[in-house]
Amino acid sequence: MSMDIDQANQTAVNRMMEARPILKAVATARDVIPGMKDNLFLHAGPPIEWARMSGPLRGAIIGAMLFEGIAKSEAEATPMVERGEVEFDSCHHHGTVGPMAGVTSASMKVYVVENAEHGNKSFSNLNEGYGKVLRYGAFSDDVLKKLHWMNNVLGTALADALAQSNGIDLRALIAEALHMGDEGHNRNKAGSLIYLKLISPLIAKVVKDNAAESEVLQFIGDNALSVLNPVMAACKAMTDAAHGVEGSTIVTTMARNGTDFGIRVSGLGEKQWFTAPAEIPVGLFFSGFSQDDANPDIGDSAITETAGIGGFAMATAPAIVTFVGGTPKDAVNATLEMYEITFAESKYFTMPVLDFRGTPTGIDLRKVVELGIAPRINTGIAHKNAGVGQVGAGLVRPPLKIFEDALLAFAEKYNI
Amino acid sequence: MTVIKWNVRAGTYYDSVVLMQLQRGLLELPGVLDAGVVMATQANRDLLATNNLLPDSISANPDDLLIVVKADTENSATDAIGKVDELLARRKSSSVSQDFRPRSLSAAVKQLPEANWVLISVPGRYAAGVAREALELGKHVFLYSDNVSLEDEIALKKSAREKGLLVMGPDCGTAIINGIGLGFANRVRRGSIGIVGASGTGTQAVTAHIHNLGSGISHAIGTGGRDLKSDVGAITAQQALDVLARDDDTKVIVLISKPPSPDIATSLISAAQKTGKPIVIYFIGYPPPARKIGNLRFAISLSEAAEISVGELEDSRIPQSSNSRFVRGLFSGGTLAYETLLGLQASISPIYSNAPITTYQLLEDPLHSRAHTIIDLGDEFFMVGRLHPMIDNDLRIRRMKQEAADEQVGMILFDVVLGEGSHINPAGELIPVIKEIRETRTGELEFVAIVIGTDDDPQNLQSQIDQLKDGGMTVFRTATEAVEHISLRFGSNKKSEFTPVNLDQLKQPLAAINVGLESFYDSLISQGAQAVHVEWRPPAGGNEKLASLLTRMKK
Repeated sequence: MSMDIDQANQTAVNRMMEARPILKAVATARDVIPGMKDNLFLHAGPPIEWARMSGPLRGAIIGAMLFEGIAKSEAEATPMVERGEVEFDSCHHHGTVGPMAGVTSASMKVYVVENAEHGNKSFSNLNEGYGKVLRYGAFSDDVLKKLHWMNNVLGTALADALAQSNGIDLRALIAEALHMGDEGHNRNKAGSLIYLKLISPLIAKVVKDNAAESEVLQFIGDNALSVLNPVMAACKAMTDAAHGVEGSTIVTTMARNGTDFGIRVSGLGEKQWFTAPAEIPVGLFFSGFSQDDANPDIGDSAITETAGIGGFAMATAPAIVTFVGGTPKDAVNATLEMYEITFAESKYFTMPVLDFRGTPTGIDLRKVVELGIAPRINTGIAHKNAGVGQVGAGLVRPPLKIFEDALLAFAEKYNI
Repeated sequence: MTVIKWNVRAGTYYDSVVLMQLQRGLLELPGVLDAGVVMATQANRDLLATNNLLPDSISANPDDLLIVVKADTENSATDAIGKVDELLARRKSSSVSQDFRPRSLSAAVKQLPEANWVLISVPGRYAAGVAREALELGKHVFLYSDNVSLEDEIALKKSAREKGLLVMGPDCGTAIINGIGLGFANRVRRGSIGIVGASGTGTQAVTAHIHNLGSGISHAIGTGGRDLKSDVGAITAQQALDVLARDDDTKVIVLISKPPSPDIATSLISAAQKTGKPIVIYFIGYPPPARKIGNLRFAISLSEAAEISVGELEDSRIPQSSNSRFVRGLFSGGTLAYETLLGLQASISPIYSNAPITTYQLLEDPLHSRAHTIIDLGDEFFMVGRLHPMIDNDLRIRRMKQEAADEQVGMILFDVVLGEGSHINPAGELIPVIKEIRETRTGELEFVAIVIGTDDDPQNLQSQIDQLKDGGMTVFRTATEAVEHISLRFGSNKKSEFTPVNLDQLKQPLAAINVGLESFYDSLISQGAQAVHVEWRPPAGGNEKLASLLTRMKK
């Protein structure tokens, strides 16, 4: 075999690290997302048909249909889906990512992130905050009301604000947040405050009505996940840049749709997913909920780990060490474990507690299979029933089998 | 009947993760049915309300910590609220918060880069793979595992020999490196007797007896039982003999083995003779050709091997007749000094310098040489208030005289760098001095010059070379040629067929990576060595198809 896998992997991780995601705009999905159309509903994770969708994903899709005005009620929406009047596709096939159900429809406002280094674009919807929200499958009137407000008021304000600027450098924002106790997935408090700091003066310039301005700023500031969606889009721009390198075993996507966990690999096909049933995350629960309420793992937010932050950067987020055993040392060990399965150390995302060592970057399929260490993913936990919402947060690992399947497919493609 | 109690703490902030943990702690208390611990933001209050944990009478602001407990009795609820501070203060001290244990050898090397040794005791069919990886990482291998195929042993040892690394084993039970026992080793005194052992218990018996006789061990290098078979060709034993012969701290060497193949016995005996050191040989069950041949002594039992070696050690303390054992290099050019040191360190030892490559080569007092020494006279230490030695030979001439006065010195090496700005006739200035030195010196003393320059230089290269040669000096045009010449004279294995094992690595404080039996790791730590234990598992969880695929994908 003449192919040099290490060389290919080096190319892939270099592209991932050197990608420079800039938050450029907020725009309407149908105007910017490639292939977006009125009856298409994008969702998190690998492609999945209605019959196999979990509660939260179904709820979110019904909610999005109501939001789009395609159906007037759940009773009307479900038969439409069953008659095949709407289409579904994975966000990832459209440069898009979304937390939890990740449902994105044509009229929704989305963040537009551009990779200044390689030119590719990525997209993510706006974060709704906590409580009853669409991304956890809720679609009651107040959920829809909030979505409309987000689209009309918040989305417009953000769009106008960003139009006033050269964009927000998300690589720099993430790097700074990692030095302030965020790991970029379960903890985005610092990053969201940095985002608020950067966007506030711009919003003040464009929103004429004081009450509206206050409302928008309050909403962004109250939500410690405000920046999660732009951060995920940034990670998507990075990992997409690393995809499609011939001969590379670097994992470029990890995503869950609430039923299946799926990965894609740089040196394999664009739409070649390796999937297995998603595991149920283990974690800490909000009051009134327990492990029994948890839905199988869901959401595109594992794109953060794919890009080398989130669970991989646990060492730098001491405030949330309870997820990994309780002590800062456990957090450091969690990150050290991820170095075992990654190809490189990030040039830009560093961790003070590890002497500014770069975060573990670029999951190498070979190492995962050889050592039997699956990536660690920090995650929110959805209630298994649509519309209940988030019930906790914790840790999950993808099933090892999908990495083994991918390795076999890789060997077959390259005649190894 | 249920009771709800709550506690509002104004202006108290905890991360939500801490609060979720507190909530879990409250739920574990007797009589508690449900609990909510939140910062009292609107969203969190809504959440509590959904779960019937928000009585109307509660008033709290978003900055307040709100603790609500639902219990079966008043007392349970009150007790639970009373426990909040205790629960908040509780640290998971019981959790096993140990240092990270790497799963792969490469991660272990990152954790302990100074490790020169890898101890391998994984099941036989995986052992060769781990050993190969260790060699690729440039580490010596102590291979305790058995059931390694002969083919693998030969391949590993050949690869190691090319890299100047040792593979002790397979099936190597014991070794002592720099005072630290590997595998099963007795705690023995450090000393001047080196062991090359193809028999684990034989080595233990001899080292223990030497200790009990009051002497000690420099290094005991195991080879594994098959090393002295024809197929393997005593690769490790030859390397071990060579490195111990070069070790000034090893005065006597004991060679122990079960009966070797006759051809191997002959070649080992011949190699042993060439070391010039006292060597005690005990080939168990192999009829000794004589009791004593030159520097060789043949023992007839393990205990006798120990006794003879201790006796030889005492004899070896008598000063030897040939004293001219060391080279001293006096350089004006820093890079030439460095290149020479780099070349020599592989074959002669110990070697010191004021410009060392590794820290243990450091010559602490630049004014006084010891053993083999390479001095950079252009170093700023010497330059205070003085012209550079390329222009002014005064310092070098005085140092030449100082070195020549040491009868242990057999060679003085120096460079002559010609060109603009350099001394106009260095040969002319040095030759009379060397002549004078030779007249006063009794023992053998060779002068070797490395001359750098061109025929167009003001000093004229050919004229300088001719003068130096006429003055009885050995002249080279490159440091590389000089290194070869010096190694032939002072290197103990003058016609080495393999890359010599770096003696300095043996002399560094032992640091090792352990793959396999955890007790070997514990033993290293208890002996004060630095060690990292690899939490090893069979590659790809023991799936052979995937494992062999991975092997192909590594190339």
